Amino acid sequence: MVSQSGNEAGGPAGTGWLARAWDSDVGYSFRTSPVAIGAAFVSGLIILATVFANVITPQNPFDAATLNLMDGFTPPGEAGAGSGMTFGLGADSQGRDVYSAILYGTRVSLLIGFASTVFSLVFGVTLGLVAGYVGGRIEALIMRIADIQLSFPAILVALLVFGVARGLMPPSLHEQMTFAVMTIAIGLSNWAQYARTVRASTMVEKRKEYVDAARVIGLRPFPVMIRHVLPNVAGPVLVIATINLALAILEEATLSFLGVGMPPTQPSLGTLIRIGQQFLFSGEWWILLFPSLALVILALAINLFGDWLRDALNPKLR
Amino acid sequence: MNEPLLSVRNLRVEFPTRRGILTALDGVSFDIAAGEILGVVGESGAGKSITGAAIIGLLEPPGRIAGGEIRLKGERIDNLPADGLRRIRGKRISMVFQDPLTALNPLFRIGEQLSETIQLHTGMKPAAARERAVALLTDVGIPAASRRIDAYPHQFSGGMRQRVVLALALAADPELIIADEPTTALDVSVQAQIIGLMKRLCREHRVAIMLITHDMGVIAETADRVAVMYAGRIAEIGPARDVIKNAHHPYTQGLMGAIPTLVAAAGRLTQIPGTMPRLDAIPKGCAFNPRCPHTFARCVVERPELLQAERSRAACWLHAKAAI
Amino acid sequence: MIAHLVRSMLQGALVILTVGLIAFSMFRFVGDPVATLAGQEATDADRAELTERLGLNDPFPVQFARFLGHAAQGDFGISYRQARPVADLLAERLPATLELAVLSALFAFVFGVVFGVYAAINRRGVVANAIMVVSLIGVSLPTFLIGIGLIYLFAVTLGWLPSFGRGDVVRIGWWTTGLLTESGRKSLVLPVLTLGFFQLTLIMRLVRAEMLETLRAEYVRFARARGLPERRILFRHALRNTMIPVITIVGLQLGSVIAFAIVTESVFQWPGLGALFVNAVQFVDIPVMAAYLMFVAFVFAVVNFMTDLVYVTIDPRLKS
Repeated sequence: MVSQSGNEAGGPAGTGWLARAWDSDVGYSFRTSPVAIGAAFVSGLIILATVFANVITPQNPFDAATLNLMDGFTPPGEAGAGSGMTFGLGADSQGRDVYSAILYGTRVSLLIGFASTVFSLVFGVTLGLVAGYVGGRIEALIMRIADIQLSFPAILVALLVFGVARGLMPPSLHEQMTFAVMTIAIGLSNWAQYARTVRASTMVEKRKEYVDAARVIGLRPFPVMIRHVLPNVAGPVLVIATINLALAILEEATLSFLGVGMPPTQPSLGTLIRIGQQFLFSGEWWILLFPSLALVILALAINLFGDWLRDALNPKLR
Repeated sequence: MNEPLLSVRNLRVEFPTRRGILTALDGVSFDIAAGEILGVVGESGAGKSITGAAIIGLLEPPGRIAGGEIRLKGERIDNLPADGLRRIRGKRISMVFQDPLTALNPLFRIGEQLSETIQLHTGMKPAAARERAVALLTDVGIPAASRRIDAYPHQFSGGMRQRVVLALALAADPELIIADEPTTALDVSVQAQIIGLMKRLCREHRVAIMLITHDMGVIAETADRVAVMYAGRIAEIGPARDVIKNAHHPYTQGLMGAIPTLVAAAGRLTQIPGTMPRLDAIPKGCAFNPRCPHTFARCVVERPELLQAERSRAACWLHAKAAI
Repeated sequence: MIAHLVRSMLQGALVILTVGLIAFSMFRFVGDPVATLAGQEATDADRAELTERLGLNDPFPVQFARFLGHAAQGDFGISYRQARPVADLLAERLPATLELAVLSALFAFVFGVVFGVYAAINRRGVVANAIMVVSLIGVSLPTFLIGIGLIYLFAVTLGWLPSFGRGDVVRIGWWTTGLLTESGRKSLVLPVLTLGFFQLTLIMRLVRAEMLETLRAEYVRFARARGLPERRILFRHALRNTMIPVITIVGLQLGSVIAFAIVTESVFQWPGLGALFVNAVQFVDIPVMAAYLMFVAFVFAVVNFMTDLVYVTIDPRLKS
């Protein structure tokens, strides 16, 4: 087996990079870590389930036409009084299937999580490159802002950006722009880590001789340097991004829970938990419990995967 | 013959690991007389520091004494309960470590660290303890001791800190100081001062010193007797002059050949081929047999005990022949 | 030492200034203060007069300086939504938040240090390992779920503790406190646990790691070699060294407890600044948002400075 995959890696590309990745140190570390495999499996399963949410759920929970008010508050595992359909995880006050709502809500949570993580990554890496390469006052300004930002909780920054964005937009746009506003608000609260990492790496690369060499032969040094810096920081940036993803999902949930995030018409997991909280005292525990569990499992799986990735990519810890 | 101050017999120290038990010390026996300086030399990993740590009861877990006995003035100390051993540490046996920069707690004045130790072991009142601390600092050569006593460790140079460490070791007038590479981390010029100081303290305080080092030069200058360790065993032990000038164990001979001296500088440095075996791969018979130029049949099957060789004793079958 | 403290103070001032700039920009450019204040029926002349009176025609630096001057006197303008001075709103809610934050910080610090030291000393013990596992799960739980969980257990199921509000408070001058009544104290328990839990796990892990590091230090070995009792080595020599890096990081963390209170206050309907801020964000009440931001920056700078002060007093290396 081992020699076979080794041969394949030497062969043409196509299947090659996958085999190579499997054979590498990181691949080995993955194969031998039950926690990493479990976390990756759970994360992958959740992502797949949300992608195919409309196929594997009995109803579209946000299409009012499919809901039956008589099904309201059906406990888990029982048939609804209106439609007669069985609700595995129960139904909420509107007769909405909690299981379907969770999958659709997780989809919203994941989309905002990914989008804001990409936003933070691009924003942070760019600022880090500029700060490290240009230096001087611009660097001082960028890093100073990063320091200040890092000392305030991300949730405060996100709330602030959210509020400001609302203030800048006409109220009629508020609801349809929520997704974009959330992405930017959360994205802007998490860029500083990337900037710090990339800046440090850029400063090291800047002093190397090939940068001067590029200048001598008439190439613009900045693009040359980027091509060298980016592969160097790929590992740490990937680790930050994974942990960032879990944080962003929790941040989104917190904002929505506070009522300053996704509206009930387009709910994320946080919105569902906010809705479920109203029934905390009246005994319909399933409306609150299941979305909460989904959120915790999702965040825990991504976090554990990120933890493993950090250890696997850090040769010092191996 | 007088009873020795410290007597170590067949000391065996083991480190249980996942892959099995490593024997770090095996059948180590030696004595230290009151007021004597015993040099312990060997390559790193030979077991010098572990011997010192075992005597004072500070083996790093999971290391443990698995056999043999250690007696201080005839009284066994290797099987004392933790608290009994603690009462001996600092009071009857002290220890000095390699790096004076890290041996002192950076957050406490040196006077506090001294008084704390003095009060603990002598029961003196704070004022008396402070007086004694100043006297000790003066004794180890700290200028303006009554003022410097309130300084923090970072306000001293490396050599001065090692003097403070020595003062701490002397705090309760111990009978034995185990000095583990006390000069290795210091500048060469400072090294000589500290060595001189230790010799004087040994004489004036009648304290015995077990001087662990890999520096034969230091040994030649200070030690009364020398023990040479190899792979967790003693290879040779005897009066310093004999071991250095007239070594009987092939390993010691190789080691002595490796000291650069002015006379030998013109010739070539003798190097022993090979390296010391790892603890999990010590060969049968004499541990030195793979590297020894004189190996013969008995060396690879039977382990040599320390055998008399003129005024020294060496763990080498060459001397068994001579005895027979 | 003085230089160190002066630098720390300047840094604090810089943070306040930077945050002030952000707050002022929000104030000035988000929404239209004139339209908001003048109302629907104002004429153009009224608006122009108001613009002039508010000083909105002055150059930017002048306006910024004026904003800072007013802020220093506690004047943050009028809340758009509640039509009351922002300063009054803040003063009303300040005691609730401070009481919650200080108690949470205290709870997190005391138990974080105790558990962390315990986990470091008994590294292989069952209890120590259990503590570490709980802390790992705790880090992945969002604060609001911890709050909801505590409410469910202690308020809904057991009925021991109230689930919202401050209970009965006693007024002392302009300050209000819940510490002097039984219902006030009971009301504090769950919010304090919720807000403190995350900080507690953080401090505990940090203390454990630093303590383990310190126990490997040569001076600890030397202290043992001098025959000092283990207790004295752990709690005098090692603990003090452990606390130096811990205090720096913990100081930074505790400064943000006030801001973390946003979520806790919303879960428990706690009448504090955080809940006020969330409301302000929902209704884009810019003056309240700006004032809250300035307040957090101020607290942050003060806590930072106090941390440095403690740091300087316990680390002699900084004195010379």
